[in-house]
Formats: sequence, C-alpha cells, structure tokens
Amino acid sequence: MEPLRFATAGSVDDGKSTLIGRLLVDSKSLFEDQMEAVEQFSHRRGDGYVNLALVTDGLRAERAQGITIDVAFRYFSTPERSFVIADTPGHVEYTANMVTGNSVVDLSLLLVDVRKGVVDQTRRHAVLASLLRVPHLVVCVNKMDLVGYDRSAFDAVCEEFTAYARRLDFSDVVFIPVSALEGDNVVHRSPAMPWYEGTALLHHLEHVYIGSDRNLIDPRLPVQWVVRPDSRSRPDDRRVAGRIAGGVLRTGDEVLVLPSGLTTTVAEIATYDGPLAEAAAPMSVTVRLADELDVSRGDMVCRPHNRPIVGQDLDAMVCWMGDRALREGDTLLLKHTTRWVRAVVRELHYRLDVNSLHRERAAPALERNDIGRVTFRATQPICYDTYRRNRETGSFILVDGDDLSTVGAGMLLGQD
Amino acid sequence: MPHSRVDGPGLDGRTHLDALESQSVHILREVAAESERPVLLFSGGKDSVVMLRLAEKAFWPAAVPFPVLHVDTGHNFPEVLAFRDAQVARSGVRLLVASVQASIDAGRVREPVGRDPSRNRLQTRTLLDALAEYRFDAVVTGARRDEEKARAKERIFSRRDEFGQWDPKRQQPELWSLFNGRHLPGEHVRVFPLSNWTELDIWRYIEREELAVPSIYFAHRRLVFRRDGMLLADGPHLSPAEGEACFDALVRYRTVGDMTCTGAVESSASSVGEIVAEVAASRLTERGATRADDRSGDAAMEDRKREGYF
Repeated sequence: MEPLRFATAGSVDDGKSTLIGRLLVDSKSLFEDQMEAVEQFSHRRGDGYVNLALVTDGLRAERAQGITIDVAFRYFSTPERSFVIADTPGHVEYTANMVTGNSVVDLSLLLVDVRKGVVDQTRRHAVLASLLRVPHLVVCVNKMDLVGYDRSAFDAVCEEFTAYARRLDFSDVVFIPVSALEGDNVVHRSPAMPWYEGTALLHHLEHVYIGSDRNLIDPRLPVQWVVRPDSRSRPDDRRVAGRIAGGVLRTGDEVLVLPSGLTTTVAEIATYDGPLAEAAAPMSVTVRLADELDVSRGDMVCRPHNRPIVGQDLDAMVCWMGDRALREGDTLLLKHTTRWVRAVVRELHYRLDVNSLHRERAAPALERNDIGRVTFRATQPICYDTYRRNRETGSFILVDGDDLSTVGAGMLLGQD
Repeated sequence: MPHSRVDGPGLDGRTHLDALESQSVHILREVAAESERPVLLFSGGKDSVVMLRLAEKAFWPAAVPFPVLHVDTGHNFPEVLAFRDAQVARSGVRLLVASVQASIDAGRVREPVGRDPSRNRLQTRTLLDALAEYRFDAVVTGARRDEEKARAKERIFSRRDEFGQWDPKRQQPELWSLFNGRHLPGEHVRVFPLSNWTELDIWRYIEREELAVPSIYFAHRRLVFRRDGMLLADGPHLSPAEGEACFDALVRYRTVGDMTCTGAVESSASSVGEIVAEVAASRLTERGATRADDRSGDAAMEDRKREGYF
C-alpha cells in the first residue's frame, strides 16, 4: 500500500492534537521516551491528566501557550500502511498553514465539535481543502462522549456539513463519530456507538485508495537539471533530469520540448540502477534524448499530441501570505515547476470570503491570509496545465522580489 | 510498539523507499540548480552515507557537483573518521574538514570544562565560520523530522539569516514540491532531503542498497560506564566519575556523534538485517536512547537550532 499523507485541521478547542496523540498512542506508534516526556510535562504543568496534545506541540512557545504554531510533520506506521501527518494549527495564520499542509497531502482530516456543529473555521477549512483539491476528506465529529454518544447529534452535524459542502468540490467525504479524549472510534470501534456502521478512523486511513489520484494521463517532465557526463569523450550525450510531473514516459516515445517546440525521441530512461522501459509520475529520472537539442532547466518535455498550455497570461486562484498586500500593478517572482519568471498583477477580479463564499469584486487588495482570483502577465511563457487537471503542473509560488521570501500560492485556471 | 514498515510494492509497482528516494533526488537537484555554492555535510554517520548515495544517483552519470564538509569536533570515534576517508576516496567527492579544535586554538570558542566536556554546542561556531570562509550558500544535511520534536517543524528548504539563526515562528510557507532556494547575500539555506525518512527507512535503504556503514553501528565489546541511563564509552575525552563503574558490554551505537555525548545501546545486532529488526521493534527513539545533548531540557534542540546548529 502506498504511504498516506494526511493533514489535520480543526479549531483551537476541537481536540485535534488530542486526536493525533490518541492515534499515535493507541496504534502504539509513540515511543516510550516520547510518552514519558509528555507525561512529565503534563504533570509539571498540572494538567491533571496525560495531555496528548503535547505529543505534537514541540516548540517551547507552543507548550507554554498550549497552542500549535506551525505545521508539524509526524511519521507513524501500522502493519497495513505508513503515514505522514501534516498537523496544521487551527488559529494563527490558519490560511498560510492550512494551504501549506494541504498542498502535500492525499487526505484532509477535519474536526468538528459535535456540540458546536459547523462553525466559521469548519467552513474555512473545507473551502481551503476543496480549493487545493485534496482528493479525500474525513470529517471527524468529535466529543461524542459529551453528548452521551447520541446519534441524532451526529446526524445533525453531518447534514449541516453536507449542505454546506454542496457548494464545494469534493469527490470523497466520510463522516466518523469519535471521542479523541476517550478513544472511541479512533483506533478501535467504539462499543458506545453501536448505531454507527462505519469503520474506526485508523481503519479508514489504512484502506483509503489513493492510486488513482495522480495524473497518469498527460506525460510531463519539467527539466530540472541537464547532465553532461563527459563533454570530451561523449560530446553528444545530452541527458535531462527531472521528476515526472504527470503521465508515463517510455523508451522510444516521440517527445516534444517546450517552449522551443523541437521534437526528438526518448533514447533511454537511465538511472544509476540501470535503464528503465518506462517511468511514471512522481519518479525522478534522467532521460537521454536521441537528438542534440538545446534544452535547459525550466523547459518542459511532453508528447507532440498531448501538450500543456503555453502562455504568459495566467489566471489563477491565489492564497496570499505576504506582509505587504497584493495590489494590481505589483511585480513578483513566480516559480512554476522548475521555471522562474517575473509576473505583473494585471487584475484582481475578486476576494473570496471563505465563510460565505461571496465574491467581493470591489476588493482593492489581497491582505495576508486572503484568497482571490488574479490575472498575471508573465515576462516569459510558462508551460502549464490547469490545477484541476494536474496539481504539479497547475501550481506556482509567488516570491517577493525584494526580500525573496515566499508570499503566495497560485492554482491555475483555464480551459482543460 | 512501532511496527515494521510496509515496503512491498505499491499498486504501481513502486515501493515506499522508491518514493522517498525520488523525492530526495528531486530536492538535491533543486539545491544544485538554485544555489551558487552548495555543500553537503558529511559525518560518516548512517544518514550522511544515505545522503551521499542519493547525491550520486541524482547526478549520475556525472559526478556530484558539490564538495562535502565534515565538522570535526576532535572527539569523534576513530573508526568513523577512517570510514569517512574511505567513503570519500571511493566516491571521488572533495572533502573539506572544519575543525572545532582549530576554532578553540584561534580563540573563537572556549573548551567546556567539568563533568560534561561535550563540544557539541561549539560545532555551530565552527560550521558558521566554515560557511563564511568558503562562501557556501546552501548547506545540505541529513537531518530528519522524525528525530526530534523541533525538527518536526522544519521546512525542507529552511532559510538562515546572516547569523545562521533559525526562527521557527517566521518560517516561510512551503507548498507542493515548489522549493524556494532564494536568499539575500550573506544569508544561506539549510536543505534537508531526508526530511520525510524515519530511522527505519534509513536502515531499510542501507540494506537494499548494500551501503557500507562504520563498524560502531554493529555489536562489539567495549568498556563502558552508565551515566543518566546511558552507556558511555570510557575514552580519552571522557572518563567515569567517582561511583560510576566501568564494565565490559556487548553494545552498538544507534547514532554517531561525539564520543562524549553519544551513548551506546546493549545489542547483539551484527548485520544490517539484524539492525533493521531491532529498530523496527525498538521502544525508544534513537536520540532519546543515545543522545545526552538532547537531554539538557525540553527545548534543547530548538535552542541549538535557533543558534545555527545542524
């Protein structure tokens, strides 16, 4: 089974950290010295119980304030599968952190307090997971112990969420009633909720199928590095290295290199461990081309009859994370696959209110943690697919030209 | 207990290790492409052995396009130094050594005295001086997120200011596989291609790739004494205090650090296969079991990282 990467999100008191702690403790993935450190710290702080939230909150400020500040990555495995958890904070900087965490996962796990139901933050998280096109969503309805494990309370939350999510774009949503504190339906099925017919959370995570989430249709190889083994003895030996961003490449395939538009064939898919007949996303490979072409980093290798969009006018949904607001006329650095260009903000179409999904067309700027639809004009063309079609070739980051920090994330729109 | 990692082929025929390898190779090529003067830290430990193999794969059939740097505390295990030199000779990479002893002799740092003579913390100064001397702008290291809770919050490309400092509260977002290696003059980036590997992944990879590792990872007899629940070697830089008895034991090391702060574990594992089995069944993290340098407080690693530690 392929490893599963999942993100966790919830409001401050939804018990998200407790849920992860419970998952690690009950699946026996926590080491004794880690558990001991948590027990000692809980005791010193006078929590009165073993505070499982401390398992994930690693920085001093987090422990002192009882909050999660930054995305933390955790690793655990069961006999069935290995897991990477991107644990994202629920309050400060939630958009930046949620977007960061959700950009690298297969599944998003959302916590809802059964007593509070769907709140603003639930809606925001759902919108972001939908926008980032996380393929699978699990809604854990938590604190079931506090409502006497009542089925109607669970059903009400499911209905409320489903009604809201109709306006979003999810293909797979699963609801699980849990108590992170008591461990109900986390690793083991709970005897307290016989009316629940689904599986415990861990069982679901172990078996969710992600093999078809990746684009294996459109062959795309962004050129990352040009390898010149020995220019004297083999002057014609030109190899391009990169990570396949979509589809499958085979030895003998006719390929097209963009933006030059020259065609050649794949002479060999070479690796340190020997040649391969074919390679698929997301493998890192080195391809020897049959003809000597002028190829460099930032070019895109594809098939003549399956080309990406090549363009300078880029229409995208942007999550803004910069301290300075994004305004029309601003110039930014933009990194798409392995290509850096400059991009001017031509038009800010609207700011998206993530609570109401209302499009504010009069918004003058995107402030930190805002999301909006923006058209850029790039200094050079990029070779892209829509984000809907391919998350790898449909995404970009924005970088501030002065201090060179990452200030935004973009998801490309357009006609498929 | 932590279960053995599933590493059968996935539905597309690829294994968990292939996926990790592919990601690390991608990261290494990004560093090479986006930095002027990258360097790979190489201690001779198991993580750096894996890093060197990944670098060879990333740029094959060409040579690794950057040198390797070892920060030598002067308290290293002699077996590891001999291994380091053999590996460097085999692979043909250029080795640079930055010496903590030289930093002490030059008055840049002061030798700690007393019961704990560890030079662990001094390495930061020596490292930062070496970066300045060679004008390296990207430092690739084998640190992993599963090692320690502060490291769990680390980005794959992590920017350091002109003082080498890490500010965990002001890390830049890192999205998809789009790494931002840019930085201002005087700053540098730390790059962690093994971020998503666990200790068990490292050993499984060493087994699969048949990589050589220093002999101290395998069970051997050694004179040790017990301190703070760890087994420390009796050696030239550290000796038992009064009341700490020396005894002969069958041990191996799970991490390779300084002789003064790296503890051994009792073990009879004499092959990589046996180590894989032992690590899969272990109830303690590698640093929890063996590193005195992480025990000086809840946030010991966070504090050292802020100052520019590896």
